[in-house]
Amino acid sequence: MSAISIQNVDVIFGSNTQKSLAMLDDGKNRQQIIDKTGDTVGVHNASIEIKAGEICVLMGLSGSGKSSLLRAINGLNETSRGKILVRDGEKMVDMANCDSATLMHMRSKRISMVFQNFALMPWLNVLDNVAFGLEMQGMSKKERHVKAMHQLKLVGLDKWADKLPNQLSGGMQQRVGLARAFAMDTDILLMDEPFSALDPLIRTQLQDELIELQQNMQKTIVFVSHDLDEALKIGSKIGIMESAKIIQYDIPEEIVLNPANAYVQDFVAHTNPLNVLKGHSLMTPIAELFEDEQGLHIDPKQNIKLLLDNHQQLVRITANTLELSMQYCPDDQDISSLNPHAITLAPPDINMRRAIEIKHHTGLPIILALRDKVVGILNDNNFYHALLGKHFSVDLNEPEQSTAKVI
Amino acid sequence: MNWITEHKIPIGSAMEEVVDWLTDNADFIFDAISISLEWLILNIVDFFIWLPPFVPMIATAAIAWFVHKSVPLVVFVVCALLLILNLGYWQEMLETFVLVITATSISIAFGVPIGITAAHKPWLYTILRPILDLMQTIPTFVYLIPTLVLFGLGVVPGLISTIIFAIAAPIRLTYLGISKVPKDLIEAGRAFGATPFKLLYKVELPAAMPSIMAGITQCIMLSLSMVVIAALVGADGLGKPVVRALNTVNISQGFEAGLAIVLVAIILDRIFKAPNAKEEG
Repeated sequence: MSAISIQNVDVIFGSNTQKSLAMLDDGKNRQQIIDKTGDTVGVHNASIEIKAGEICVLMGLSGSGKSSLLRAINGLNETSRGKILVRDGEKMVDMANCDSATLMHMRSKRISMVFQNFALMPWLNVLDNVAFGLEMQGMSKKERHVKAMHQLKLVGLDKWADKLPNQLSGGMQQRVGLARAFAMDTDILLMDEPFSALDPLIRTQLQDELIELQQNMQKTIVFVSHDLDEALKIGSKIGIMESAKIIQYDIPEEIVLNPANAYVQDFVAHTNPLNVLKGHSLMTPIAELFEDEQGLHIDPKQNIKLLLDNHQQLVRITANTLELSMQYCPDDQDISSLNPHAITLAPPDINMRRAIEIKHHTGLPIILALRDKVVGILNDNNFYHALLGKHFSVDLNEPEQSTAKVI
Repeated sequence: MNWITEHKIPIGSAMEEVVDWLTDNADFIFDAISISLEWLILNIVDFFIWLPPFVPMIATAAIAWFVHKSVPLVVFVVCALLLILNLGYWQEMLETFVLVITATSISIAFGVPIGITAAHKPWLYTILRPILDLMQTIPTFVYLIPTLVLFGLGVVPGLISTIIFAIAAPIRLTYLGISKVPKDLIEAGRAFGATPFKLLYKVELPAAMPSIMAGITQCIMLSLSMVVIAALVGADGLGKPVVRALNTVNISQGFEAGLAIVLVAIILDRIFKAPNAKEEG
């Protein structure tokens, strides 16, 4: 069930909207439209569905239209054409075409927002800042202070309630910004590069806190970021934007494994795949391994061989003819408790970071098995490959460009 | 080239005709304004004069204390007022004070809303700007004459001239304050469902308050600088002894009255300056 449904949305800034829309339909690009009409195209033909409870990250360079699209969702930016349906209880409200009373209602009951530069009122203390949105709803002072205090406790700032925002560090100010948004009790949260103005350590910390808070609250979050690592870490879906268009909208792993074009690939090349990639996308499938009568050669250096029966079930593993013991490592097992001398079997969707940790712990390759059926193995060269960004599918639209990038 | 001087463009006489027309046809309006304002001001002045001097003195000191919590300021206020009392300018000081406060109140009552509207409607400010420039640069005596004709001799033409001269400050600084409100604060207000009215009261005005307060302080100072000119058209107050001293070349009277004006100026400035303005600059 969609919480937000964005349908063929165009956002144009300027006064000649109709003319600019006509030019867009004629296939003119952004620059041609600015030259002719003076209007800037913020978003061009964006369509995405965001399910309830999802974190959708809009990603792109500055000027790619990600913030423009985000601001169209709560009507801060006017939608020039298209529909933005947002769930309001049982019905869907079109934010692009509604009266101002509906807009106020949606903004105070359904959608709240967190800003890049915090946007806290400098003359209000922390508590009143958190209560700001509630005050706009018309809640009484006593009631909103109780609610705001509760939110401040959640972000661990209740001791700072009577301080002014400029007495707080950047990270704390953004926690106040988060508390202000959470206090509204809305199902949808818009976050416009909320952590970009913070230093890396605080940023990571707040990302973790957000993920943790989200597990309890299950809000629908639209998050704008220019940092793919951040997007991969927190997003359940990622929309990559380039010059006003959404060029790929997919789950994180698909973005990393199958970038839609060279622009996305360029982003992916600079990202850390550890948290995103799964074992099955890195592994060497058993069909590609060298096989003799003793079994599959999975590690020529240590002379480790793997013998399978006809149903791809494991019979035995040998290292220099000595039989190795085996252990199964499910996703929730502590790696330090594994036997360092036994070879490890893991599910194929093990994430890359965990696989590397196991490899480091045992020094042995990892066997990926799906319900007793061995599907592939993970060894050093698979990891190196991924870290060097060679895990893309090669047949991209512009092969010359992609080889140029590898060099 | 004689024809240039021979055919004089009738700017001056046109203006005169306008004023004449106003005197002939709208006299009752100006009379009504004049009479009611004069009645108001004189009654307020009478009330203050009726009070024993220590009442306004303590009240001012108390305001200074509650706004700024500064002992030196309170001591200064009390000493300055005692000195004015001692020099014998107590009544004149009260008259000046009431004139300044009335002029400032009227300037704020019109100036702040105009400034807010101008910040929201850029075309209005485009029209306003040359008018404000004109009001501030045109020599005071020039509009003193028509105000004198329209409102008659007394405190009201002085008050009106003072307002014309001083109202530009609150308009400009309100405009500046409101249009400089950070965009993300406005967005935050709107994103949390503020109506335009709430946005103005809960976001724009508080954010612009330092600038608006600076406009008000400036307005007070500009009003005070008009005291002597207001005295020329018959307004009572500290300007009168200065004018009289000028006419009779009375150095001691001129100096004393001048000192009293300066003291009133400092008191008003220090009290109305925003409490944190000192730290900032």
